[in-house]
Amino acid sequence: MNLHEYQAKQLFREYGIAVSNGVATSSAEEAEVAALSLGGSKWVVKAQVHAGGRGKAGGVEIVDNIESVKAFSNKWLGNNLVTFQTDEKGQPIHQILVESCTDIANELYLGAVIDRTSQRLVVMASTEGGVNIEEVAEETPDKIFKIEIDPIEGTSDEDSDKLSMLLNLNQVQTSQFRNIYKGIVQLFLEKDLALLEVNPLVITEAGDLLCLDAKINIDSNALYRQEALSLMRDITQEDVREAKAAEWGLSYVALEGNIGCMVNGAGLAMGTMDIIKLQGGEPANFLDVGGNADSKRVAEAFKIILSDENVNTVLINIFGGIVRCDVIADGIVEALTVMGVSIPVVVRLEGNNAEIGLKTLDECDLNIISASNLQEAAELAVKASRGEVN
Amino acid sequence: MSILINKDTKVICQGFTGGQATQHCIQCVDYGTQLVGGVTPGKGGQTHLSLPVFNSVKESVDKTGASASLIFVPAKFCKASILEAAESGISLIICITEGIPTIDMLEVKARCDSLGVRLIGPNCPGIITPGECKMGIMPGNIHLPGKVGVISRSGTLTYEAVKQTTDLGFGQTSCVGIGGDPIPGSSFIDILELFQNDSKTEAIVMVGEIGGTAEEAAAEYIKSDVTKPVVSYIAGVTAPAGKRMGHAGAIISGGKGTADDKFKALEAAGVHTVKSPAEIGKGVAEVTGW
Repeated sequence: MNLHEYQAKQLFREYGIAVSNGVATSSAEEAEVAALSLGGSKWVVKAQVHAGGRGKAGGVEIVDNIESVKAFSNKWLGNNLVTFQTDEKGQPIHQILVESCTDIANELYLGAVIDRTSQRLVVMASTEGGVNIEEVAEETPDKIFKIEIDPIEGTSDEDSDKLSMLLNLNQVQTSQFRNIYKGIVQLFLEKDLALLEVNPLVITEAGDLLCLDAKINIDSNALYRQEALSLMRDITQEDVREAKAAEWGLSYVALEGNIGCMVNGAGLAMGTMDIIKLQGGEPANFLDVGGNADSKRVAEAFKIILSDENVNTVLINIFGGIVRCDVIADGIVEALTVMGVSIPVVVRLEGNNAEIGLKTLDECDLNIISASNLQEAAELAVKASRGEVN
Repeated sequence: MSILINKDTKVICQGFTGGQATQHCIQCVDYGTQLVGGVTPGKGGQTHLSLPVFNSVKESVDKTGASASLIFVPAKFCKASILEAAESGISLIICITEGIPTIDMLEVKARCDSLGVRLIGPNCPGIITPGECKMGIMPGNIHLPGKVGVISRSGTLTYEAVKQTTDLGFGQTSCVGIGGDPIPGSSFIDILELFQNDSKTEAIVMVGEIGGTAEEAAAEYIKSDVTKPVVSYIAGVTAPAGKRMGHAGAIISGGKGTADDKFKALEAAGVHTVKSPAEIGKGVAEVTGW
């Protein structure tokens, strides 16, 4: 689950990490009040969306009068921001963060992430902060400095000082960096984060370290024990159908094609998309019904798949381990009957109680095409999507 | 031969009296697994499925001589349960549960490693040695004792690979689902090494998926250390690049992790790759001449 910048900065403040002063606002009037209360004569106005690349897309501006603060708010509030990290529709803007402007001497990069390879929390820093950090990482990986944190031993000021030295920080900054480093590691571990990023971490003209941006992603598996963070969820930043699916324990991603897919297991769901493509068809979605699929979930999955008007065929591929095929079959028949589905539905059931499930499907008089293996299922679904079988 | 488990493996189940555990333990016992008891704190002294229930793993190990544990406890209790097993003399832990916070797994993995305990999973279907022992949620009847070793990150794709090698009559020595979580207890490399050293395993099927760089690392290992033929399928060639936020994920993976990267790395290591999940069995036939 992603947080907005203003929410992430709120957490930073709780952990004593230096961030710029700012106020999240949701109208031009609020933005004006915020700018006046922050004082000064220059402000940074930042559209709050769950995506990076905002600066290049016009979603961040430096302004030097109140009228421009209001104009920026009026321009963006209620509209969508499209960046290279969003889809073509972009993300809706409901808040503008108004911040005091900082005079920047130097831009650094600071990030923390779980590294699957070392199986450690890794803190990364670079002197090459700013918008081109990924290119830096790819072209000159030696400019990205990393500290791997042992999950049992933990970390220390020594690790922090190692990064400070590589970042060429002076004595005062090294001491400030200890605070930031300790803060982000503690925040990461205590709040079950999956990603934390400060880009840029700046050295101000006065010579102080300050976090100008803050990105946080939280491990969804840990939300049960992070109640305060759960409340920060902004559902408007999520795809409506994906969010709806998640409520039912289904994971769904919309695609461009016309063959709706319902599969158990993420790997097999991707495999099913792959084989549809290989047969010359186009999958309309990724949908994993999960390990606890029952007839209700199957019905909800159908609703979500069929809410995509491009879908003209459905392929159901279930290899039951945890999932019982007879339960799935009952769910399919019930959903098709209740919803009055008329498009062809190709079903492949294998594994746990598959015979009972197949019998149920054979005995109903719905437009169900049974397939005996994955290859056949894909072939039949692709043919059906072209109107070649009924 | 086989890897990790066989007909003599004594197994306990943690979270024994729960619904899912009960359903799957019945199937494991039916398959022939030597389930010798289970652990549910507070229910010690009772019997469940005609087997003794213990309050702690230590007690169950002392009384039954179990060496392996199958874990079904809810995600929020898994860290404590895995560590309890690791510290109570269990040498093989299989955790089926999905949804364990990654921060919990960081510590669990490090502690299991330092204790020399083998952890499989979490978020996995488990392990089966066909005809001998099933510790997991896979449907037993699709397996056949034989000569292919199967390793996979995905549960249901494992079944797909198994079914195809069974239908062609090759059978399996053992099948291991290592799970799809960011921090798995065992990696592809850990299991490849076991199959390479297992005299009955004549060919290996490795099923991967997009994300992370475990397949690339496995490719390096295969090139240097595996002499047996390996067939591999990677799921997700057609998966769209997800929406993302920030750069840290891309920086840490060095821009790797797509299905194409993985196929290329595996092919460069001499692995026979198949592009369709329906052609895994056929791939084994081609590479072995069976």
